[in-house]
This record gives sequence, C-alpha cells and structure tokens, in this order.
Amino acid sequence: MATAPAVDQMPSGNRSEARTETEDERAGREQFERLISEDSRIEPRDWMPEAYRKTLARQISQHAHSEIIGMQPEANWISRAPSLKRKAILMAKVQDEAGHGLYLYSAAETLGTPRDKMTEDLIAGKARYSSIFNYPAVTWADMGAIGWLVDGAAIANQVPLCRASYGPYGRAMVRICKEESFHQRQGFEILLELANGTPAQKEMAQDAVNRWYAPSLMMFGPPDDDSPNSKQSMAWNIKRFSNDELRSRFVGMMVEQVKVLGLTLPDDEIRFNEDTQQWEHAPLDWNEFKEVLAGRGPCNAQRMERRREAHEDGAWVREAAAAYADKRAATAQQKAA
Amino acid sequence: MTGGSTTGDDGSTAPAPLAPEKRQPWPLWEVFVRSSRGLSHVHAGSLHAPDAEMAVRNARDLYTRRNEGVSLWVVPASSIITSDPDAKGQFFESPQGKDYRHATYYTKSDGVKHL
Repeated sequence: MATAPAVDQMPSGNRSEARTETEDERAGREQFERLISEDSRIEPRDWMPEAYRKTLARQISQHAHSEIIGMQPEANWISRAPSLKRKAILMAKVQDEAGHGLYLYSAAETLGTPRDKMTEDLIAGKARYSSIFNYPAVTWADMGAIGWLVDGAAIANQVPLCRASYGPYGRAMVRICKEESFHQRQGFEILLELANGTPAQKEMAQDAVNRWYAPSLMMFGPPDDDSPNSKQSMAWNIKRFSNDELRSRFVGMMVEQVKVLGLTLPDDEIRFNEDTQQWEHAPLDWNEFKEVLAGRGPCNAQRMERRREAHEDGAWVREAAAAYADKRAATAQQKAA
Repeated sequence: MTGGSTTGDDGSTAPAPLAPEKRQPWPLWEVFVRSSRGLSHVHAGSLHAPDAEMAVRNARDLYTRRNEGVSLWVVPASSIITSDPDAKGQFFESPQGKDYRHATYYTKSDGVKHL
C-alpha cells in the first residue's frame, strides 16, 4: 500500500522523450496502448505519453476557460431580462457555466497543471478560449440565439466527449451534458416567444439567428483538411467524430428546428447530400475565424479585461478567506494544546 | 471598467503583467454526495477551498444545484490513501482464477427452482 498524496494526482516520472525508455515506461506504454485499443479509459495515475497529457491539458483547460468567459455575454443581460422568470433562468444558466468551468478545471488539474497556473495563463492572455464568446450579445434575442445555436453546437460537440478516453474528462462531460440541455431549450423558448410576438420582436429574433448562425458552425473547428491535430485525437479516442461530421449533423438538426420557430437560417445552400449522407452548408469565412482566434474579434479585449478585473477585484476575498482559515486552524490548535 | 455595453471595443493594448498574489493555493478537497437516504456517498468531483467549512459550502453550490444530494462529505485530497497504481497487477491478483466465489460457477443446479 503506497501512501500517495492525492487520489487524482499525476505520478512523477514519465517525463522522458528522447532517451531510451525504462522497463517501467515500456510496461506503462504497453498498458496505455492496450487500454486505448480496448476502448477503455485512462485514469490520472496511469502512465500516458507526454503528448497525450499535453493535448488533454490544453483541450480541457481551454474548454474550462470557454465556460468561464462564456458567462460574460449572458451575465450582461441579467439586469435587463424582460421578466423575473427570465432573469431567474438566466442566472441559473450563468451559474451553471461557472460550475462547468470548475468541473473542467478539476479534470485538467489531474494532468498536473495547478489551478492557479491555468487562471494566470488565461488572464495573461496566454491561453485560448472558444472564439464564439468574442462576439457581442446586442439584443435580448441574442440570449435566445446563444442558447439555441451556441449551446446547441456545444452539446453536439460535447456528447461524444462523454466517451473521451481520459476518465476525468469524460466524467466532467457527463455532468455538463446533463445540465446543458436546459440551456438549449430555454434559448429555443426565448426565440419561439419572440417569433410569435410583434413583427418587431420577430425581426429581432431573426436578426439574432442571422448573426449567430455562422459563428456557431465555426465552433466545431476548422474543416477536416485543415485540422492537423484531429487525427491524433481520434486515434487516442479523445475525439470520436471529425469537425465536419459534427458540423454536418448539427446543420441537419437546426434546419428542422428553425421551421418550428417560424424563422429561417441565413444560408440558402443547405441541402442533404444523398451520396455522402452529409448535410452541406454555404462556405464559412475561415479568415474571420482566424482573426477572432488571433485576438482581433469584436470583443476579445473587453472579455479579457473583464475577466482580469473580476480576478483582481476578488483578490481580497481570497486573501481574507485564507487568513480566516489560518486563524481558525491556529485557535483550534491552541485549544487542543 | 468597460461598462455595461456588450458591443465592445477592440482596444488592442496588451495587459500589464499581473502582480503576483501573495497566497498559498487553496487545498484540494474531494467531494462525496449521498443522492438519497439509503444510498452510499459517491465521489462527485473535487474543488479548492481554504477550509473545511468553505469546502462544504462550495460543494453544495457546485455539486448539488439540482437536488442531487441529501448529504455531503468533503475530504482533504491529501488525506486519501490509495493503492499503488504501479502495482495493479499483483495487488489485485488474489481473486483471479477463483471463479468459485461467484454463484455462476455452480452450473449443476441449473433448473432447480429457488436456488
């Protein structure tokens, strides 16, 4: 029985790349390869290739950052929600996003990256988050379009991740997916009510759908022939479907749902290709995607500044809580003595 | 402060380097949730908190937002003792080949009722 410090802490060692592998490493690698080929799960204390660890740490922390930054466009509308009911729903949704960020930070931490390091990287602008959150939410209908399209795309992406080969990531995704479905439904309902409202309300709903449609399709990532890391991620059972497959599936769902809304998608090239069995859509502006990713989107600077501000404004709370904990621990020790 | 506007600007000024915060990282706690009376506490995840009391409160906010639990345990992650991950094979070897510990091993009684 070893006295390991934490359940899900990574073992030291296995940081080698160029030198010859030791007996232990060979056994570890063989076990890793066997587990992947059996479609089993890798757990934090298992041996894993350095590239697998890095890929996951990057993907999971980016995913966590996206949840945290993703609170901003919606939090902005809490005080302007049109009714108490909508306000309560929006608050619950934003709280969920915070929770999802925390589940994912915990999962990323099991790979050996400390929590505070991830926060620092985000605030210093070293880490990425989903480019979708760099678009502005300009009307109340955007709360509907974000829920329906953005959360819809997120769900389409995330459901297969519940089966990701890395145990902690898959478990976090299961929890997230369970909670996420309310997000999409409440967005759909906002749009449905606006679409059945006054002509101006319907126009506002259509405008929001028009603006969020293409960015939500780009959430699935670059086209397959321009997505260099996808193949390896699929070989490792992290990713289960390619970007284009998921995007096509999503378009197929939206094209039906938009009819119920009585709205249209701003894309007259959508069709089902019988030969490939895939939904096709108009070409997307990948230059825009790259620009936003490179930090030149409409709200990049604002999102980062707000996140930084929140972190700095909260510093005294973290310090006070730590001081209080220390004081109580000291008092308890005194009493015991 | 950027104000309440969501339309945003695109000021491309790089942020000044962050002053390092003077504090130790909060310890890691493992969270266990009892979903209803009569069931065991099951591991739900982990979180960081400065002390046990805050850990329980954070666990409530993080892991029971939808009535998932009637009771919570938080345990400092550093207090959990685990089996040695490198000794998996040998450590769990004992039950191997001992099928007779399972009812399904006994097939001669197939068809006998209430057995």
